[in-house]
Amino acid sequence: MSLTNEIIQQTLSRQFTPKVENFHILHDMLAFEVKKEALFEVIQFLKEDPSMNFNFLTDVCGVHYPDYDEDRQFCVVYHLHNWFDNVRIRVKAFLPASNPEVESIVPLYAGANWQERETYDFYGIIFKNHPQLKRILNMDEMESFPLRKEFPLEDQGRTDKDDRFFGRTGPNC
Amino acid sequence: MSDSSNIKQVAPPEGYAGEGFFATKLSEVVGLARANSMWPLPFATSCCGIEYMATMAATYDIGRFGSERMSFSPRQADMLLVMGTIAKKMAPILRQVYEQMAEPKWVIAVGACASTGGVFDTYSVLQGIDKVIPVDVYVPGCPPRPEQILDGILELQNIVKNESVRRRSSDEYKDLLNSYNIK
Amino acid sequence: MSDLLLVPEKRFEKQIKATREKDGVELSILNLGPTHPATHGIFQNILLMDGEKIIDGEGTVGYIHRAFEKIAENRPFYQINVLTDRLNYCSSPINNTGWWMTVEKMLGIEIPKRVQYMRVIIMELARIADHIICSSVMGVDTGALTGFLYVMQYREKIYEIYEEICGARLTTNMGRIGGFEREWSETAWRKIDKFLAEFPAVWTEFENMLSRNRIFMDRTIGAGAVDAEMAMSYGFTGPNLRAAGVDYDIRVAQPYCSYEDFEFDIPVGQNGDCYDRFCVRNAEVWESMKIIRQALEKMPAEGGYHADVPDYYLPPKEEVYNNMEALIYHFKIVMGEVPVPNTEVYHAVEGGNGELGFYLITNGSRVPYRLHFRRPCFIYYQAFNEIVKGRSLSDAIITLSSMNVIAGELDC
Repeated sequence: MSLTNEIIQQTLSRQFTPKVENFHILHDMLAFEVKKEALFEVIQFLKEDPSMNFNFLTDVCGVHYPDYDEDRQFCVVYHLHNWFDNVRIRVKAFLPASNPEVESIVPLYAGANWQERETYDFYGIIFKNHPQLKRILNMDEMESFPLRKEFPLEDQGRTDKDDRFFGRTGPNC
Repeated sequence: MSDSSNIKQVAPPEGYAGEGFFATKLSEVVGLARANSMWPLPFATSCCGIEYMATMAATYDIGRFGSERMSFSPRQADMLLVMGTIAKKMAPILRQVYEQMAEPKWVIAVGACASTGGVFDTYSVLQGIDKVIPVDVYVPGCPPRPEQILDGILELQNIVKNESVRRRSSDEYKDLLNSYNIK
Repeated sequence: MSDLLLVPEKRFEKQIKATREKDGVELSILNLGPTHPATHGIFQNILLMDGEKIIDGEGTVGYIHRAFEKIAENRPFYQINVLTDRLNYCSSPINNTGWWMTVEKMLGIEIPKRVQYMRVIIMELARIADHIICSSVMGVDTGALTGFLYVMQYREKIYEIYEEICGARLTTNMGRIGGFEREWSETAWRKIDKFLAEFPAVWTEFENMLSRNRIFMDRTIGAGAVDAEMAMSYGFTGPNLRAAGVDYDIRVAQPYCSYEDFEFDIPVGQNGDCYDRFCVRNAEVWESMKIIRQALEKMPAEGGYHADVPDYYLPPKEEVYNNMEALIYHFKIVMGEVPVPNTEVYHAVEGGNGELGFYLITNGSRVPYRLHFRRPCFIYYQAFNEIVKGRSLSDAIITLSSMNVIAGELDC
């Protein structure tokens, strides 16, 4: 019997409600939210339970939602992939702006290491128990978390480009 | 072996030739020698580096212009080819490489990123390497075709050929380096 | 504070001191990169060495971090293609097509069979170009420059095909939402046929030169071995994973762009060492040629070169200047007046190095709300120091080149 989105949803709801919620399917991929405290155990279940078997971590990334409620400002998105039944799944954990902190999943997937560091580097999301949580792409001295929406794309200190000639005087595209 | 009649020799400098001797200016001879045996240091960081790979491979063959030997040590190179985006994290390293090179040294900024930052007008990218080191020739393109890179090298050869032997000890040159804070 | 958060030099100095006091052995620190010629891109590796043996290492990346993901949040969908070119610049058309397919998936656009086959042809040509570079550079790193000079001439032939199709050589910026910007010329088709006719002999010769070459084998067999379990846990994909014996290929696992229509094998290795990676890439070149031949054979005569979606497909310039309707659509697309759903989509293609994924979040505006690139290089390069631990320095160099780490893709 192959694994379907319905089975995953039922199993997870049975096992973890109310820590998992908001199941929805977008472009054939099941996605759901998980409370940040339960993230590690849910992903551990998805990886280790023989009926789930999500053996491969495809991707970890962060998202910033400044317009959302205070306790849903940041989101960490995990894409998992079950190679046996060829099913992908998207797990989201929303974090508050005051304390964007979530358990690291490096003990489960070694490949999460740099991806979590990248997420920290871009958004300042803290991964608890991460072996080496420091900046990866940007310089260690950098103070801002550049992918947060409040930081501009361009370097504000540059002198060689006049923003007016690039159509960047106001809030544009 | 290729047909030797295809090989074009460099013309001798202007001078006075007589029986068994040839008189000309020292700077012209030095310029001629320097220009036709440039040792490039390919400082390839991204896409333009792949085009440089094509430039030095068989089809375009940079060796035809006297740059057969890639010098991967900055100590023994006289033409620094900066190819690709230079991020701010990379800028001090580029500068260090430049400082390590022995005089005389020339710099070509290959591609839009090295010249101006290109399409990457972002917080992490240096907006042109001329912010940290002096540049002699800019090659536009994203990435430039191998022909363009070769054209940039020929352009530099022209500069080198006509450079005065005293330029490197002149006050203007010292001022230029001082303006970049390079000792 | 954990030692791992220190700069690597500091951490290693502690270790040197401890070893000196304990065993009387003097370890040393070696700084490899970021401008070392053998690193093929700019990564820094600070290695703790015992003579020639690597005890520990730490990699630093980010030396060409260009903030693609931030740029993507500020540019309309059709302009982001320019960024994808510069991810893995050895095989730009795969990235381009992957991005267009992501947008098409998000918008729900159906692509005609003919366009899909054309895309398959161009993607497989790009894969060949990518593998040519990696395999021949592996030769260079083991001391065989000849192979590089020889096969690079044929990479130029692929670039000529790109040029014929889109005008650019390396960063192709090929295609539009819905298809290609123009019909491929007669010359392009002819050049593809010519390449397919000429290249097998060249590639056979190249393979003959290296794959049973004693020196090459001694250098690569057993060097930088990764077993399947480690590869999966570190998120390896692409040829590097397949060299470890796992037959995961997105072209088969989740076919896109009509890959299900073609017969081809997925070459796998056994030991996951440098030699296997080399062999897997070489075998993939043959499979790619097989796919291109089938695509040419099955190519439908009808179907045009783009989908019929005037709302999203930028009309050709001549029409914009001469036709009112085209001008209106052009204006609407460029000014962002076209409907975009509020959704999330993940789409992955089999890039030259593995699973290249695009995770796109839209909020109905003309720019993505968030675009994350899943770059295969970034994810598997983190295993590098783990792989080379306990091996000699020369093994580390060949491991790095056999993994085909592309700085542009890694740093994004």
